[in-house]
Amino acid sequence: MVEAALERIARLNPTLNAFTAVTAERARAKAGAIDNRPDKARLPLAGVPFAVKNLFDIEGLATVAGSKINRTRPKAPRDATLIERLEAAGAVLIGALNMGEYAYDFTGENVHDGPSRNPHDLTRMSGGSSGGSGSAVGGGLTPLALGSDTNGSIRVPSSFCGIFGLKPTYGRLTRAGSFPFVASLDHLGPFARSVRDLALSYDVMQGPDADDPACDQRDVEPTVPVLDDGLEGLRIAVAGGYFKKGAFAEALEALARVAKAANATDEIEIPEAARGRAAAYVITATEGAALHVGRLRKQAHDFDPAVRDRLIAGAMVPATLVAKAQIFRRWYREQFLTLFARYDAILAPATPCAAPMIGQQTFTLDGVELPVRPNVGIYTQPISFIGLPVVAVPVPLKPLPIGVQIIAPPWREDIVLRIAHALEQMGVVAAPKPEL
Amino acid sequence: MPTDPLDDFILAAARALDLPLEPAWQPAVKANLAVTLKHAALVAEFELPDEAEPAPVFRA
Repeated sequence: MVEAALERIARLNPTLNAFTAVTAERARAKAGAIDNRPDKARLPLAGVPFAVKNLFDIEGLATVAGSKINRTRPKAPRDATLIERLEAAGAVLIGALNMGEYAYDFTGENVHDGPSRNPHDLTRMSGGSSGGSGSAVGGGLTPLALGSDTNGSIRVPSSFCGIFGLKPTYGRLTRAGSFPFVASLDHLGPFARSVRDLALSYDVMQGPDADDPACDQRDVEPTVPVLDDGLEGLRIAVAGGYFKKGAFAEALEALARVAKAANATDEIEIPEAARGRAAAYVITATEGAALHVGRLRKQAHDFDPAVRDRLIAGAMVPATLVAKAQIFRRWYREQFLTLFARYDAILAPATPCAAPMIGQQTFTLDGVELPVRPNVGIYTQPISFIGLPVVAVPVPLKPLPIGVQIIAPPWREDIVLRIAHALEQMGVVAAPKPEL
Repeated sequence: MPTDPLDDFILAAARALDLPLEPAWQPAVKANLAVTLKHAALVAEFELPDEAEPAPVFRA
């Protein structure tokens, strides 16, 4: 499997630009060691290749996080904890993946490394900020990848590239050994071409970790055993109002197909979702600025100009407004959680449209022309804002796939994976194979 | 002719907070700040009781 992945990377990465580093020597050594293990059959991910967004620490490489500035950082002394956990289960790291600079991006474009490309149409965006992860899994260069999601950076590339992505509950998977963006909103999670691969990888990555203060102390709660439980007994609703306003026809078509298959007949309004998104926007701008203000003062010219200008603006936002956003966050969480007394899961579009063209600056949402870069995440931001677990499932529409979010209460990844698996068994959602 | 208060604020904040700001960057910084303040106003105008706690809770 590892050799096949390396061959495919060599052939297709010059086109897709998904990988920024290929760890072939390490991968061959690791794969050989696994082949020689007598307990190989008991490893849940024996020999499965995977790659990580380049904000994950990889021993011996600088953690660039999509930036030029970080290239001079010292080489990481050890792998990120999630890499260690995947490799302990037999998976084999094959490289690092392209991403938007410092994860402040929804496009998958990168001024330093060039854009990662959409495997279904090379002229289109992969989505960001985990663009290389979407491109690599969507293009079949690797069956499994890791990314991060602060406001939608797993779910947006999943939607654009037609793959499955899991953004777990905030605090579920350790972030130790990854370069941060917005500490109070950052999540890590996997991408895969099937729900079973998503669940297998997620299960082996769970567990407490003292090296990430936000990581919860919960024991591992395996999801693979419940994947085949089907939809029976689950109450599933569709998010209306804010989550349909502005959606393009393909987003509504995908949502309707998934809702029909899931027998989700109730449409509900999520209270104050627009304000939820607005508050996430404010916290992101300011916490992101706080992280980077020292680098802004010293190396402003080394940033992607679009990121730099957003960060400078974020550094000027009065703290009173940030405090208000954090107060609103708790209120919003309480309102949202009351919905889960009536429903086990909620469906919503992942993105307002299928993948836009690379370089496209604006699109029209609900009759208003808006910049693409900050607005692709209008449906993902109000969900990650309060840390809910989500699987983005790909609906294989033509000519381009698009994703739907399956959202559950905190710590109920089992529900979203179970629903995603049932939909996959019905053939409603699937990762389409691109012609490359 | 009166100046735009947001331009004044950006210039003053850049000086007072030691933030880099070249003249060519100012329109984009202004556009980004205007959007963020618009979002912030949407949140701030939503009335909540004085006792409403922020989301992050520090534990000693």
